[in-house]
Amino acid sequence: MDTSRFTRVDATTWRIEPQGAMRVPAIIYADEKLILDMDEKVYEQAANVATLPGIVQACYAMPDAHWGYGFPIGGVAAFDPGEGGVVSAGGVGFDISCGVRTMLTGLKTAEVLPLQGALADSLYRQIPAGVGSRGTIRLDDAEMDAMLTGGAAWAVARGFGETRDLERIEEGGTMAGAELSSVSGRARERQRREMGTLGSGNHYLEVQAVADIYDTEVAEVFQLAVDDVVVTIHCGSRGLGHQIGTEFLKEMLLVAKAAGIELADRELACAPIEAEVGRRYLGAMRAAINCALANREILGQYARRVFAHFFPRSDPRLLFDVSHNTCKVETHEVDGRPRVLFVHRKGATRAFGPNHESLPEALRAVGQPVLIGGSMGTGSYILVGAATAEEKAFASACHGAGRALSRHAALRQWSGRKVVDELAERGILIRSPSMRGVAEEAPGAYKDVGAVVAAAEQAGLARRVARLRPLICVKG
Amino acid sequence: MTAPPVKSRARWEHFPHGADIGIRGFGATPAQAFEQAALALTAAVTHAPIAPSNAIEVTCEAPDLELLLVDWLNKIIYEMAVRRMLFSGFDVRIEGTSLAATLWGEGVDVDRHAPACEAKGATYTALRVAQEDDGVWSAACVVDV
Repeated sequence: MDTSRFTRVDATTWRIEPQGAMRVPAIIYADEKLILDMDEKVYEQAANVATLPGIVQACYAMPDAHWGYGFPIGGVAAFDPGEGGVVSAGGVGFDISCGVRTMLTGLKTAEVLPLQGALADSLYRQIPAGVGSRGTIRLDDAEMDAMLTGGAAWAVARGFGETRDLERIEEGGTMAGAELSSVSGRARERQRREMGTLGSGNHYLEVQAVADIYDTEVAEVFQLAVDDVVVTIHCGSRGLGHQIGTEFLKEMLLVAKAAGIELADRELACAPIEAEVGRRYLGAMRAAINCALANREILGQYARRVFAHFFPRSDPRLLFDVSHNTCKVETHEVDGRPRVLFVHRKGATRAFGPNHESLPEALRAVGQPVLIGGSMGTGSYILVGAATAEEKAFASACHGAGRALSRHAALRQWSGRKVVDELAERGILIRSPSMRGVAEEAPGAYKDVGAVVAAAEQAGLARRVARLRPLICVKG
Repeated sequence: MTAPPVKSRARWEHFPHGADIGIRGFGATPAQAFEQAALALTAAVTHAPIAPSNAIEVTCEAPDLELLLVDWLNKIIYEMAVRRMLFSGFDVRIEGTSLAATLWGEGVDVDRHAPACEAKGATYTALRVAQEDDGVWSAACVVDV
């Protein structure tokens, strides 16, 4: 986009000064090349978010920001309930608590490569992926309630996970404040057969090898070394989250319309945190967060079982599980005093720096693992929250590479079969029910994830610890 | 029950969105544009033929035609999800801002349909329902996939 419209604060900080109805500035973190390539819509959407009531300090956009719905994807905004602050269903998105988890298998690539093909086939058979796939878990009403309030702890109690995982999941695996009465019958119906399914689109399960280490001290704490094999899962709250997002977006839009509130974009539909609909949304959204945490825990357990079959000595441990579509109540220091804020992260990862009290003891000294998914051909990164992330963007960082080409354009440019064959030649095995889906997710359709994480590091959001290269990718 | 015949002037298209996909239907009436938008929604998931084996009835209501389009598409997305079905035939009746429709389709066959993606929800982004200068109605929005 046109950089002359910004005040350039430093090499990676681009500021949109408040204008028109903007209550605060909007700040985009990116290097010059990323901002030049960034969609013009990010400027517009970040400026629109800055007009919302009760917004504190600034609206932020991460280096991977792109055109989203109301909020840019890669957007961060915090609201103060005491100042009329709002909660926005669009600011969280349809895939509530979509996120990433990485598990350490304790294996080296030399052990895994001889069995790579069989392992890929087995993971593809055991992990329900894509439209029309069926999970084997079916929830009755009582189990649905237990899952929606218990999250990953519910999954562990049902044998789909291990107790030691819980401290490595945000909120200890259970999001407090879920309100069962706020979750509609239709949302429950959509989830009844979806537990333990991966979904489709950009969701995946990957077996990856540690390719590079950037920070040996932190890598040691994370227990990462070159040629270690890890498993990474990217997915969210499945049909339940999608339905809650759909229903509350509509309700918030109609409430705003009835109240005569002019929205810059219908997708910015929101409600005061203290209003009845705002409270109801928060209760439903927190139930959806539990659904996502439970789902990733179950998928992690499925992967463990497959690894146990091939490698009896393998004992996969969870490094961390982070969500990147949420609204969380957090205390942040603003102008020298702590304030309780409702922080929306839409396509942005929480990135607590060293010594944050919510981190498990083993990680507390270095900071929170920030898991960044790239494309299926290029690789992913593990970062660690920087101490400066707090003052920069309410302790937030990027979440992925971001698309460079639309699905539409990708489909015209690549054939799925060819992508699969080319990646196989490079030692990356893809398993997917849809070759068209593979073409839409072709590596060339994504931005350079390396440039995104380098900009995040330069901007003081998170620091690089390790780069991962894919060995196997199961795509829905 | 069989699918209704294809009506003239009716067509659909996809348009690009950063991360997702835009769908647009055209027709002689809003109802026909809504039917075509629904075909565009199905085409976002699969290009494979879908047999009109089963019929489903849906209804929805909204304050205006644009919000009605989002509601209509979200109704289809819900039926696709809970019934594990894909739809290829749509008969839409609109009175004011109330919609009643019949959907024809079949259960997802992963090998045959090879679905490329799953629609999560219809959005208010690039949402537009309008009669164009040539008299043709268009109905469009971005779908999160």
